[in-house]
Amino acid sequence: MNKSIIRYILSRVLQFEGVFMLLPCIVALIYGEKHGLYFLATAIVSFALGTLGGLIKPKSTVFYAREGFVTVSLSWILLSLVGAIPFVLTGEIPNYVDALFETVSGFTTTGSTILRDVEYLSKTSQFWRCFIIWIGGMGVLVFIMAILPLSGSYNMHLMRAESTGADVGKLVPKVKNTAKLLYGMYISISCILLILLMIAGLDLYNALLLMFSTVGTGGFCNVNASLGGFSHTVQVITIVFMILCGINFNAYFFLVMRKPKEILKMEEVRYYLGMLFVSTAVITWCIRGSFGSLYEAFHNAIFHAASIVTTTGFALTDYEVWPMLPKAILIMLTVVGACAGATAGGIKVSRFVILLKVLKRELEKLTHPRSVKKVRFNGQTVSEDTVNSIIGFLIAYFFVLIISFLILSINGFDFTTNITAVLTTLSNVGPGLGGVGPAQNFADYNMLSKSVLVIDMLAGRLEILPIFVLLYAGTWKRN
Amino acid sequence: MKIIIVGCGNVGSTIARQLSLEGHNITLVDVSEAAVRNITEGYDVMGMIGSGTSLSVLKEAGITDADLVISVTDSDERNLLCCLLAKKAGAKHTIARVRNPEYKEDVNLLRNDLGLSMFVNPEFDAAAEIARLLRFPTAIEIDTFARGRVELLKFLVTEDSPLCGLALKDIPAKIETKILICAVERDSEVLIPRGDFELWEGDKVSFVATTKEATRFFKKVGINQGKARTCMIVGGGDTALYLAQKLIASGVEVKIIDRSKARCDELAEMLPEAVIIRGDGQDKGLLSEEGIDRTESFVTLTNFDESNVMMSIYAKKINPKAKLVTKVHRSTYDDIIDDMNIGSIINPKLLASEHVVKYVRSMQNTVGSNIESLYKLNGGRIEALEFKVKDVEGLIDTPLMNLKIKNNALICCIVHNGAIEIPGGGSVIKSGDMVIVVTTESGLSDISDILD
Repeated sequence: MNKSIIRYILSRVLQFEGVFMLLPCIVALIYGEKHGLYFLATAIVSFALGTLGGLIKPKSTVFYAREGFVTVSLSWILLSLVGAIPFVLTGEIPNYVDALFETVSGFTTTGSTILRDVEYLSKTSQFWRCFIIWIGGMGVLVFIMAILPLSGSYNMHLMRAESTGADVGKLVPKVKNTAKLLYGMYISISCILLILLMIAGLDLYNALLLMFSTVGTGGFCNVNASLGGFSHTVQVITIVFMILCGINFNAYFFLVMRKPKEILKMEEVRYYLGMLFVSTAVITWCIRGSFGSLYEAFHNAIFHAASIVTTTGFALTDYEVWPMLPKAILIMLTVVGACAGATAGGIKVSRFVILLKVLKRELEKLTHPRSVKKVRFNGQTVSEDTVNSIIGFLIAYFFVLIISFLILSINGFDFTTNITAVLTTLSNVGPGLGGVGPAQNFADYNMLSKSVLVIDMLAGRLEILPIFVLLYAGTWKRN
Repeated sequence: MKIIIVGCGNVGSTIARQLSLEGHNITLVDVSEAAVRNITEGYDVMGMIGSGTSLSVLKEAGITDADLVISVTDSDERNLLCCLLAKKAGAKHTIARVRNPEYKEDVNLLRNDLGLSMFVNPEFDAAAEIARLLRFPTAIEIDTFARGRVELLKFLVTEDSPLCGLALKDIPAKIETKILICAVERDSEVLIPRGDFELWEGDKVSFVATTKEATRFFKKVGINQGKARTCMIVGGGDTALYLAQKLIASGVEVKIIDRSKARCDELAEMLPEAVIIRGDGQDKGLLSEEGIDRTESFVTLTNFDESNVMMSIYAKKINPKAKLVTKVHRSTYDDIIDDMNIGSIINPKLLASEHVVKYVRSMQNTVGSNIESLYKLNGGRIEALEFKVKDVEGLIDTPLMNLKIKNNALICCIVHNGAIEIPGGGSVIKSGDMVIVVTTESGLSDISDILD
């Protein structure tokens, strides 16, 4: 384990966090809020510490996969720990664990909140809460790689550890250029959404916040009624962009490269849209009675299906009152999530599609014991290593799920509340059912449970194994 | 530059590593997933799994706008086909590895038809390098440029050298050789000398000449040639064949030891002047019978690194004066072998990779100019530029002595239809010739820039 290079990269991360924190300071300046001073102070300290830590160049630049996992996990933990400080300093979230929950919820694009009244927050804090969703959506280290000349072999390991999906590929030969392309597309989508929202009548501040939350598929909202507090046009725009941000960004790369036919070949996108379509249809049918018109039912159905499957977590109404089937579908969508390589969380459609194909192959093996068959995905053979890593991921997922559920049960809440609380944080969605439903929040959990959920959110965003690597003793041994 | 490398073996992966470290955009194509993954895990390159002769795979790898395609799979035919496809699909330059000696003559003919920029032949390159090592003492440094066609020899003028105090224009009369001095390094300054330039003690002189003229020149100025007159080669592969051909051509007595009867028969047919011994090169009795204690050079070229190293150690013990060259394929034990002090080590694959990397550098240097290739020599202080001359007013069809050429530039080589001429004052450049210019000025982009 090359600790000096990890220290070096973590210092860089701190510097970047310091720079990011200057943005809420600008907001504070515009709206004349004194909260900005606390952000400024944290920013300065963070930047200074980062600069100090980066002064000494690493002794060796040896960097392997395990350094990659450890660096990425520690970066996210560090970002969250520092990002939570201003909330405590301003006194808006006095308890540090609560502040940490809120920050991690932002960075990991979960959108769960411990705040009973969101509107009570200052505009500065609101901005920071939503901005970290945006930067967390595409990845902080990807952002750093796009900007800093982190040349050498290690950026591939960082990218692999931070990006989502079973098989992380590059768009272009170099990681730096890939990172630039990803952020280029991300910023373009963000700008288009921002302009549309402003045309729909929002002012710059509200449009920015909603944009951060939507393209990052986070789900923080600066009004208590979530998206229910916005106009119908805004809701429709949000639906479209949530769905777009759940699509693998490779699709947009093909658009940029003017090869739109390639998008049709992406199985994951087809399954994702298909799943969304079927879910919407079933939900619409089930809830048609509670709304005035079929269109209204459809609008609600597609909004929530999109919001949950892309792991955004916006809500229009309290779907807690819906019949059981639509709620069960929403929970299923929570577990599956959207495409790999998007800003969404969850287990990812691609993993499920590959697993279903593996299952089909196993069944074929039972009928034709000597058959030789390869699993194909997106027209290419899936290697056995990839299949094994997906199975390993699922085992880790259910392990974390069960342990977290056990610990949460200490609070004495009902089964639905606890299990959906774990699922929703592990998939980075936001709302669950019961006591953590769309109209509720996580404030009532005790500190231990909140800490467990914080770990779940981080594990969910980094796809579990990097966090496990951090805890695995073999990682830290000398040989 | 955007470079696609087809074939992920030793040569392919070495090239990929080096070029990715130099900042190029590399895409690797190979049928073996394990081979591709081995590189993509550690280096910033993109991998594609598929056949390099399939157009759809190549297109996915981005062949249509690639600057260079390097095909180094283990099959010559596949490499040629891949380069042909790449060229047709729009790649700007292509490099193929062609190693079968049977194709050696054909490829030069095919070169233009296939639109290839360069061939790599690790065995041939290794043989050329070994021949060079055996031909010159270590006191002489050799730089090759213009795709290996021209050699620049560098030596130090010592106190007792007849060259001391001699002006360049007087050298032909006194030494009676035809060499062209291109550059002189004096007090860490590099000069392009004129005719009235006087050589002093301590100057490092770089010159171009044909092999024969260079040998004569070194003899006249009293630099001990140290050329080996006999050579014993163990292992009769393609490298040995190429090496023997080169050595025999320059008058060295060659003895090749190989175990296989079939191979010995082949070698005997192709190399009538060489002594072919069928036997085990690790047999002590055989080696002493064939005169390991008398040979002036001993080259081990079997396919087993360990045997090669052990035989060289043995030869060193029996015959400490002989020049030793050992072929080693794996670079794992480099450090250990260096410590053993068993003469020169040759790694054919590394050598081939270096040639490709050198070519890529020269390509990159020529972007946006009329230069065919550019090599930096003498630690980057002089540049050797290769130009293809078209109809340049005031340059062609005029004897060189009548041309007004800048002080810091010199035409050191003219290639008429593949024949190399070391120019004198009466030489004439014709339209269509390749011209190699040595200069201390960087930033030249056209042959007309050297005219005053």
